[in-house]
Amino acid sequence: MSELVIKQQGQSTWALAWRRFLKHKLAVISGCYLLFVCLLSASAPLFESLWDIDANQANLFNRFALPSAAAWLGLDELGRDVFTRLLYGGQVSLLVGLLTALVAALFGTVVGLIAGYRGGWVDAILMRLTDSVISLPLLPLLIVLAAIDLNKSSLPEAIIQSENISLYRIIFIVAVVGWTTVARLVRGAALSLRERDFVLAAKVQGASAFRIMSVHILPNLISPIIVATTLSIGNIILLESVLSFLGLGIQPPVASWGNLLTNAQELIFSAPWLAFYPGIAIFITVIAFNFLGDGLQDALDPKAEK
Amino acid sequence: MSRYLADRLLQSFIVLVVMSFVIFWLMGLMPGDPIDLMISADPKLTPDDAIRLRKLHGLDRPISERYVNWLGSAINGDLGFSRLHAKPVLTILWPALGNTVLLLGISFIVSVLFALPAGIYAAIKQYSAPDYLINLAAFAGISIPSFWLALLLITLFSVILGILPASGTENIGGLTGFWDTAKFLVLPIATLTIASIGSHTRFVRAAVVETMRQDYIRTARAKGASEVRVILHHVLRNALIPVVTIIALDFGYLFSGALIVETIFAYPGMGKLIFDAIMGNDFNLAMIAFLFATILTLLGNLLADIAYGWLDPRISYGESNESSGA
Repeated sequence: MSELVIKQQGQSTWALAWRRFLKHKLAVISGCYLLFVCLLSASAPLFESLWDIDANQANLFNRFALPSAAAWLGLDELGRDVFTRLLYGGQVSLLVGLLTALVAALFGTVVGLIAGYRGGWVDAILMRLTDSVISLPLLPLLIVLAAIDLNKSSLPEAIIQSENISLYRIIFIVAVVGWTTVARLVRGAALSLRERDFVLAAKVQGASAFRIMSVHILPNLISPIIVATTLSIGNIILLESVLSFLGLGIQPPVASWGNLLTNAQELIFSAPWLAFYPGIAIFITVIAFNFLGDGLQDALDPKAEK
Repeated sequence: MSRYLADRLLQSFIVLVVMSFVIFWLMGLMPGDPIDLMISADPKLTPDDAIRLRKLHGLDRPISERYVNWLGSAINGDLGFSRLHAKPVLTILWPALGNTVLLLGISFIVSVLFALPAGIYAAIKQYSAPDYLINLAAFAGISIPSFWLALLLITLFSVILGILPASGTENIGGLTGFWDTAKFLVLPIATLTIASIGSHTRFVRAAVVETMRQDYIRTARAKGASEVRVILHHVLRNALIPVVTIIALDFGYLFSGALIVETIFAYPGMGKLIFDAIMGNDFNLAMIAFLFATILTLLGNLLADIAYGWLDPRISYGESNESSGA
């Protein structure tokens, strides 16, 4: 997409940003890696049909089989193919990371815009709420939220019985605590933008508050929001993996990089290599998202010195 | 300042009260209730008994009424009994808190001892090869999943080398001395330290880089102060202000880290206590332990704010509503 922009507009802001981004070698490498991982994970069914296997099919006669041409990383404690399960786990972990970051950024943007633009007591209440959420013990809260029995809640039956419920739940609960960074960022910027002449001009022309916030203020905030959202993805993937590792996030047989490690501690004496692959996948992916965010910050927000 | 402080204290108190209700309500939504647990423990209980018991213990009442009852007895000092440990909640809480403070305290000190020189060095040699390397290592430290790091350390030191214990706090047959106890602390502390060293280093580096750009640093250099003196005397003193705040604000993260590490290494601290209490339907203990964790995190944030104002007299609280950012 960005290449297209370059061809059409030459030295536009985005073209300049793209050039600055290309200078950040680690960010470029990270971006390529993330693209590769997404494509590889998405192609998990292809590998399944290629080798004629089912990633969830146990094969108890071949437990802990060593890597071979048909099973690149060998088989796990139930004789399932480690490589394809790793890819399926990647689908879930990446999906949770991206979707949660988007939901959290959306919510944070709305809260921040309203607080910053309205000011006064609305701002005071919303920012107190934000401060309060930040000052909660994160992981214990997530564990309680992940452990509640949805049958006791008043959610519709159709959602509770859905097979993807553990996916929806983790996206929801991580987003509940993850919106604060973007909210503060947007609020701070909106607070100064609303005093600017172009906002005053829009107001004089009779623009509604909604229109001023969405058309005049929000576009000026896109860069920092993109940077903060990208930087948050890594953290979200870490949270998802630790919750799933503790048995509270994504529930087996659906694989995620976190729950692939759940048995790792018991198997650490018999098959320590099984603990290696999902962990390294999480590690490298989180690092890549952090570098990508760092590069985007240099590219989109050159004034902000680190 | 005192008005600001009172304001913050009041806010923290409100958060605590609201959170206690939210958590009470969420605990009520967890699978199983105390009567279910009694039934599973005693097959002779009939459904009629269960209804009678629910009524006796007030479990048939609406959640708000139960919360008020709980709050009433909690204020009167009755925090209840732990189901898992069969002891009053507080007698379990204090030792666990001590263990966690020990764990977090040591790893915090070790982390800062590494992060300070590394961050300062990277900032002085900005954009050099060592700076690049330190940055890379810091990013790695931030990005490594701590539970996986713990598993790697166990694999290396307990499985392959066999020199350190994989979990627990004491050998069979009780403690045999300081070094034996220390052995059990090495891996948990190493995990927590590696997990926090990266972000600490980046904070220090960012603060020092920012300070080096100030006019008074140029003035100090122009006066002919030696580079060592400029760094130690002028840069460090000013750069430490934001570092102290950010590190203090990190307390919530530290606590989350403690939960993971204590659970994996079976270390009897607050983190493992909370996790076990929630997973084991130990409502009384989970409730109080969670509130304790909330109080500690709120206090940490409050202290960070106060320290910020105390270290930097230019910041005055109370006049404008812009200054409450931390």
